[in-house]
Amino acid sequence: MLKGKAHKFRDGISTDHIIPGRYAHLRSNLPELARHVLEDADPNFATKVKHGDFVVGGSNFGLGSSREHAPLVIKMAGVSAILAKSVARIFFRNAINLGLPVLICDTDKINDGDELEVDLAAGTVKDLTNGSTLTFGKIPDVMLKILNEGGLIPYIQKHGDFRL
Amino acid sequence: MGKTLAEKILSDKSGGDAKAGDIVIAEVDLAFVQDTTGPLTVRLYRSSGMGKLANAKRTVLFIDHAAPSPNVNLSNDHILLRDFSRQSGCILSEAGDGVCHQIVAEAYARPGDVVVGADSHTVTAGGLGAFATGMGSSDVAVAFGLGRTWLRVPETFKIEVTGDLQKGISAKDLILHLIGQIGADGATYKALEFHGDTIEKMSMAGRFTIANMAVEAGAKAGLFASDEVTHEYLKAEGRGNDFKALAADADAVYEKVNKINAAELEPTVSKPHTVDNTASAKDLKGTKIQQVVIGTCTNGRLEDLATAAGIIKGKKRNPSVRLIVAPASRRVLLDAIEAGYIRDFVEAGAIILPPGCGPCLGLHQGALGDGESCLSTANRNFEGRMGNPRSFIYLGSPATAAASALTGEITDPREVL
Repeated sequence: MLKGKAHKFRDGISTDHIIPGRYAHLRSNLPELARHVLEDADPNFATKVKHGDFVVGGSNFGLGSSREHAPLVIKMAGVSAILAKSVARIFFRNAINLGLPVLICDTDKINDGDELEVDLAAGTVKDLTNGSTLTFGKIPDVMLKILNEGGLIPYIQKHGDFRL
Repeated sequence: MGKTLAEKILSDKSGGDAKAGDIVIAEVDLAFVQDTTGPLTVRLYRSSGMGKLANAKRTVLFIDHAAPSPNVNLSNDHILLRDFSRQSGCILSEAGDGVCHQIVAEAYARPGDVVVGADSHTVTAGGLGAFATGMGSSDVAVAFGLGRTWLRVPETFKIEVTGDLQKGISAKDLILHLIGQIGADGATYKALEFHGDTIEKMSMAGRFTIANMAVEAGAKAGLFASDEVTHEYLKAEGRGNDFKALAADADAVYEKVNKINAAELEPTVSKPHTVDNTASAKDLKGTKIQQVVIGTCTNGRLEDLATAAGIIKGKKRNPSVRLIVAPASRRVLLDAIEAGYIRDFVEAGAIILPPGCGPCLGLHQGALGDGESCLSTANRNFEGRMGNPRSFIYLGSPATAAASALTGEITDPREVL
């Protein structure tokens, strides 16, 4: 069970909003890079996010670049899962490959600052602030197997090959 | 039941009968990274314990995004890539060689290949009939080691383009128009397959421009049949032997068919801050710009430079505009020198950058100031993309970019042709 506060973002948050190219020189210094997480969407996000919180996006979250640093800095900020109405393909794969769950649900029903409780096994998001319960779409089996090992590299370390 | 190009290639590379929706493990023919995604890939690869590269001669590290390096940190990232290349035996493409996608097209990708790259515009190689898709550092690290990757076989949208492109209109206008029509997530998880007489007659440069931007509609791949135009291109690159004819089956099943009449297309521009926010160039007349960029993996090929030089030759840039030209590869630069285009640009007041990504991703070589606007031939205009969230990026064709550089405002190229 994951529990934390919702940080709400608008539709179409790109990888440039999450970690822009002007910080490319920090990609080999991840703690420094992570200080700029989502800076161009919410300059205060890095200071206010708490361990276990959720990033709640709208549609097409994570569009753009293949930079795995985008989900990586979100994970490093302590975020336990990303919730969105829809997610861009490469970002989705990258997040799962890092062991960061991405859950597709109707995020219009969640407000910024709501306290959420996510049950990954049951597929539900309980909004403790407004009392509603949302269900999220099933993560495809192949990705669930990778997620359950904590990401793709740990998966390969354990299995040595794809056992999908 | 017939197969789409994606189904054909993924059947061949997975040794099975791949249909849309299936999960396959496909053989990877080419895996690559660039200098902003490569260092993480190398670190993940080393931590994975996978040992030797599956296919060192089909593994390439490109130094193109920060080429040459603007600062110490990135210089050190480049050292990491050079060291890895030496240790592992894989290929290194040095600063100044050019943009990864252009070099993949010129030298590596073959019709029917599966290509994975740690760069979203890997889709470019779909122009010559490769199933090419962008992935992150973890996926590419595993492709380096295993020579295989997992893929969900995508459903395909058939994009049927007929009629002749009018003077001043190019492949860039076509793809911007399509993205404006279907939206920035209109093809998420899907493959786009391009058909019709307009496409059959189109040069490889135009096909690469279109394939390059498939990802801007969310697509996993942008695919073209491999035909005589492809064959001629490969022969000109000295690798005619890499050719094989490839086409979708006539009875392939498509999720959707979009028809475009090429004769009706207008010079098209994407307005800030999304690629699907399109308008015709003439409706944006009067929009002042301070910078024009001609180049990148979208439009930095010889044909693009020829179009732009044809408009600019003998004229001067507007004094309020910085005109930046970045050929996509060393080969393109040499050919452009030979053809006289570089002289035309320099005499018109342009800044010539080394082959590479240039200012496209906001790293160096032309970051925008507060409140400034740029008309670029690149593929992305997201907030902050060119180094400053308080600036504005418009995307257009090489012809629109050249015309706008002369006037200092967004200009329909037909006004100056």
